[in-house]
Amino acid sequence: MSHPATSPARTNRSAAVGRSALDLFAGGSGTVFALLIVVLVAITFLNPSFAEPPSLMAFLRNAAPLIVLAIGQYFVIVSGEFDLSVGSLVGAQVVIAAKLIDGEESRTWGVIALMLVFGLLVGLVNGLVTTLLRVPSFITTLGMLLILAGAVRLWTGGAPTGALSDSFRQWGRTGIDMPVVRQLPYALLIAIALGVAAVLLMRAPYGRTLLATGDNPTAAAFAGVRVWRVRTLAFVLSSLMATLAAILIGGFAGVSAQVGQGLEFTAITAVVLGGVVLGGGRGWVVAAMAGALTYQALERLFTQLDMPTTARPALQGVIIIAAVAYAARSRGHRPPPPAPAETANDPVPERVG
Amino acid sequence: MRVPKTVLAGLAAASLALTGCSTDDPEASGASAEGDGGSSAEATPAAEGQADGEWFVRADYERQLAQRDMQPEGDESKPWLQAIEPEFVDTAKYKKSGAQTLCFSNASVSNPWRVTGWITMQQQVDVYKKSGEIGEFRVSDAGDDDNKQISDIQAFIDSGDCGAIIVSPSTTATLTPAVEAACESGVPVIVFDRGVNTDCMTTFIHPIGGYAYGADGAEFLVDELEPGSKVLALRILPGVDVLENRWAAAQEIFGNSDLEVLGDEFTGGDAAKIKDIVTQYLQRGDVDGIWMDAGDGAVAAVEAFEDAGQDYPVMVGEDELSFLRKWKETGMTAIGPAYSNFQWRTPIEAAVRIWKGEQVPKEWVLPQSPVTDENLDSLLEANKDMPSLHYAKFGGEDLPGYPQAWKDRS
Repeated sequence: MSHPATSPARTNRSAAVGRSALDLFAGGSGTVFALLIVVLVAITFLNPSFAEPPSLMAFLRNAAPLIVLAIGQYFVIVSGEFDLSVGSLVGAQVVIAAKLIDGEESRTWGVIALMLVFGLLVGLVNGLVTTLLRVPSFITTLGMLLILAGAVRLWTGGAPTGALSDSFRQWGRTGIDMPVVRQLPYALLIAIALGVAAVLLMRAPYGRTLLATGDNPTAAAFAGVRVWRVRTLAFVLSSLMATLAAILIGGFAGVSAQVGQGLEFTAITAVVLGGVVLGGGRGWVVAAMAGALTYQALERLFTQLDMPTTARPALQGVIIIAAVAYAARSRGHRPPPPAPAETANDPVPERVG
Repeated sequence: MRVPKTVLAGLAAASLALTGCSTDDPEASGASAEGDGGSSAEATPAAEGQADGEWFVRADYERQLAQRDMQPEGDESKPWLQAIEPEFVDTAKYKKSGAQTLCFSNASVSNPWRVTGWITMQQQVDVYKKSGEIGEFRVSDAGDDDNKQISDIQAFIDSGDCGAIIVSPSTTATLTPAVEAACESGVPVIVFDRGVNTDCMTTFIHPIGGYAYGADGAEFLVDELEPGSKVLALRILPGVDVLENRWAAAQEIFGNSDLEVLGDEFTGGDAAKIKDIVTQYLQRGDVDGIWMDAGDGAVAAVEAFEDAGQDYPVMVGEDELSFLRKWKETGMTAIGPAYSNFQWRTPIEAAVRIWKGEQVPKEWVLPQSPVTDENLDSLLEANKDMPSLHYAKFGGEDLPGYPQAWKDRS
């Protein structure tokens, strides 16, 4: 947000491209990879069996849904908004799937299609209410969180019914049997495929427009970007990703009353950990995915340390804040492209420009 | 703003190291609750000696364990009317004729166990509405919010037309003054499920309790597993008395056994988290038994063994149907402790008895017995149409709405 604004009238595509390329290095995204490596090495040091391929695969399978959620949340955050509804949406989708499939194999694909349509609708409502009705996304998606949670409770009477079919569950639970890794999880393949697609999308014109919109919506609008459309699409992408995450999570662990609870904050944390700036305009989708992986790895590290479970959230908070502060500092020290370079002994580095 | 990077990095590292060390130090981990079994770095269970903590009262523990073997008074086919060691109180002063307004302040219906009980309660109310004892059934749901429940109870008192007030408290200490105020208003007060710190109510209805629940599972593991076997404890969340009592009892029993407690983990009852945690423990070594403080997500724990290609553990679940079905299907060695869900019928029965001027137990202790290999089949048969998050010991089979009301969950 404090990024020195370039002259609105002169913003063009190539400037946006140049900036996003620079952000790759200046956006503090290196921190997350460093932290990820440190945490993974620490886990391996404490428990060498973690590095064995089957064990690694189990870790990645478990991290896959959060990676998918982080991709979705990345689109929204980088466009300058929030999506708090994803946790509730995951819960609602799993409950819907269980109720409609009710253990019948033949209904699997029909229900998955229906879930995608439902996800698309939720994203569309989030996006249009935020952009056209000008309700802050924090409120829109908080409202959607409550609506979905309430509607699911109303519909199921508080206890989900039905069951998921094996062909639904396989995506989150099983994989391709092969030597060495024992089983290559479908969930991992899906997360990688979505990650590649997200990288390509961010390099396509839409991605550049999205970054430009998040950086400075006014400037983007002057440059001819239809801001409402770009942002609405970001919400739709987020909801679709949440739907896919729901398929993976429901597949992994089945139906429970608590499924999805709190995932919105986990996803936002993962994205922020990946050096993506709240308020929009900066961040790399791959770093957001690495943020999700780091979050999962941290949780795993705490289990490996035999740490009292009561102490974990506090420590998690400290590490996350420290990591983001560290990333923000390394960003602050790098001169932003158009501004004059600041020197290390500049008394008030913040207010340049 | 000029904090050197190294300071930040050092902060993160230091906090990591600090908390890492504290696991080896019983003093440090003992600060929380009674020190969880997480300090298993020394390989011996840490429960012994620490057990007399905030959540462990030995006298209550021993009383509950003894109550499991007592023969409850009353008709065995109606366990919700049975009582263990009842001390009856006279209710003649509350005797009333005609249809009464029954007021119920519910903590919440935020989990499937409460939903199941709530359906049973409504069905029981319908019976007494038809027979003319209950005119109106007034309900407020506090949504797990203490403050809301306090004002809900106050609203019932202020309305002045409640023939009796039933309270299912959301927490113990905070709701105590509200229940006392209800008692002072002169109407009979019936408390059930979680307790409050007063004995002003006409009757307090509850199953034997958390110690007995926790002990049922822990004793089963001790009996079924070889000495030296490894047990993992999965808990929902800290600080809730009914759950803490279960764990305190289990710690007491594990501490006096030769089992090794690998750790205890909070899961929030989230199936994905349960499965992940169990998978991690399996990667680090064998797990021979699982103890859970509530059966939510027990199936996910079992699936973690399946997906890792390992033999089934000796399993402590609950009387929840998804778990009972999995148990039957796999033929594993398991037990399903039950926190008698049929207790939701009893407050309605108690209110009607009080209005008739009949005696009720001051403390109405309901029987509480686990699902075992012997009664698994019959319970599954009796509940075969029920959804997976239903509780087998719901005790509503003779109510007119059976089975549709529980099948539809509304």
